[in-house]
Amino acid sequence: MLGLAGIVGFLLTWELIPRLGIIDARYLPPASEVIAALARDFTLTAFWVSVGETMKAWFLGLLIAVVLAVLLGFIIGSSNFLRKATNSTIEFLRPIPSVALIPLAVLLFGVKIESSLLLIVYASFWQVLIQVLYGVADVDMVANNTAKTYGLGTMARIRYVVFPTALPYLMTGVRLAGAVALVLAITAELVIGSPGLGREIALAQSGGAISGMYALVLATGLIGVLINLLMRFIEKRALSWHSSVRSEVIV
Amino acid sequence: MKSVKTLGYVLALPVLLVLAWWASTLGTVNFFVPTPATLVKKFANVWFSERFFTDVLPSIGRLLVGVVAAILIGVVGGVLIGSVRWLRALLEPTLEFFRAIPPPVLVPVLMLLLGITDTMKVVVIISGCVWPVLLNTIEGVRAVDSVLSDSSHTYGIDGWARVRYLVLPSASPQIMAGVRQSLSLGLILMVISEMFASSSGLGFTIVQFQRSFAIPEMWSGIAVLGLLGVAMSFIFQWAERNILRWYHGQKEVENAA
Repeated sequence: MLGLAGIVGFLLTWELIPRLGIIDARYLPPASEVIAALARDFTLTAFWVSVGETMKAWFLGLLIAVVLAVLLGFIIGSSNFLRKATNSTIEFLRPIPSVALIPLAVLLFGVKIESSLLLIVYASFWQVLIQVLYGVADVDMVANNTAKTYGLGTMARIRYVVFPTALPYLMTGVRLAGAVALVLAITAELVIGSPGLGREIALAQSGGAISGMYALVLATGLIGVLINLLMRFIEKRALSWHSSVRSEVIV
Repeated sequence: MKSVKTLGYVLALPVLLVLAWWASTLGTVNFFVPTPATLVKKFANVWFSERFFTDVLPSIGRLLVGVVAAILIGVVGGVLIGSVRWLRALLEPTLEFFRAIPPPVLVPVLMLLLGITDTMKVVVIISGCVWPVLLNTIEGVRAVDSVLSDSSHTYGIDGWARVRYLVLPSASPQIMAGVRQSLSLGLILMVISEMFASSSGLGFTIVQFQRSFAIPEMWSGIAVLGLLGVAMSFIFQWAERNILRWYHGQKEVENAA
């Protein structure tokens, strides 16, 4: 209830600031105007097409990054030699900001979805890879040796011992990567101009459609909230057997 | 012998990668990929000149001011919101929404409100970096051990002393986790705010190179951003090790037991 009051209070403050002339209404339109613009957006096909473009880039980028990171993570993680040999390279490549690749993406692909994908995959890949590496390293030696004693082969051990251990780590990685992927999808559209909500925001801003721009910003926030909820839901379902989730249910 | 082995593990793959890059560009002229030699030469030419003072230093300055301000605001706000129950309930959904807004979309908004200025860029960095620190601090403050909290009450430790000796130390692992996220976000936002609207700075220069098809120069700019990211991550790791020394020590004892 208090939370709702907080949201209402925030909207009221936003409504009053331009109305009282603290900030010029041309630069910060009142909340009611922006929400009306957002409601109008919801009835427009063009808006949903942009949302679709953004979500397409987000989903494809995340999917590619997760598949690559899981494959490489399990390969690197299950060999002590590979883990040591790749450590320095991973630690060097990981902090490179993915926006550094924007000029390259523009040169290679221009204003197409591939540009967004390049940035999204690069940024989300490391989030997932690091988590998978931690997860694979966390495998209980006793469990692993037990499985060996029972004559489980490498594939079976990966399926029944390593994968369940790494799954919670993987899900955390995917959740983080989901948020990062949205940021990079919007960034690519905003800066490069590949199709989607980000480009619409840039267009609205340069075209002087100010309440339209604020409405689109709110829309990206809503998408962010929805993605967070979706990721939490998937995490819960995938880990329903895990003690961290089970104890939550009991308490 | 052992240190030689460690060094081998650290260097082997990077050396192999550079060799592969060198070999694959040998004799061919690829428009998109410069040879290692060209890149090193351009790197020195472009960045060890006055550009270092006109573009690199101002960018780093804005980044530092923004990140430090965001950490201060985040920690102070987080301690406040985290320790007052009704305030937390009141603000939590609103804060969650603000965190969910992808920070780059605030660049056009703040450009409108503040114009194309240094202040705008710093505010963009603050507005993006503050959320991970703020929300992690709130979580950390909430998770303060209840026995410790009660004991400090019993001993009459209140007000500032309580924050200084109980709340901040026990929230610090969470705070550092937030700072780590906000550092990489800060670098991203610095570059974007300069790419979007600026007449100086790293982001601006790199886009200039790309638009004028100065490909090796563009790559050298990408390399500068990479080095900056790597340097920041090393400085952070060093700082974290020192600030959280007691915490890692405690963990070791707990794990050993």
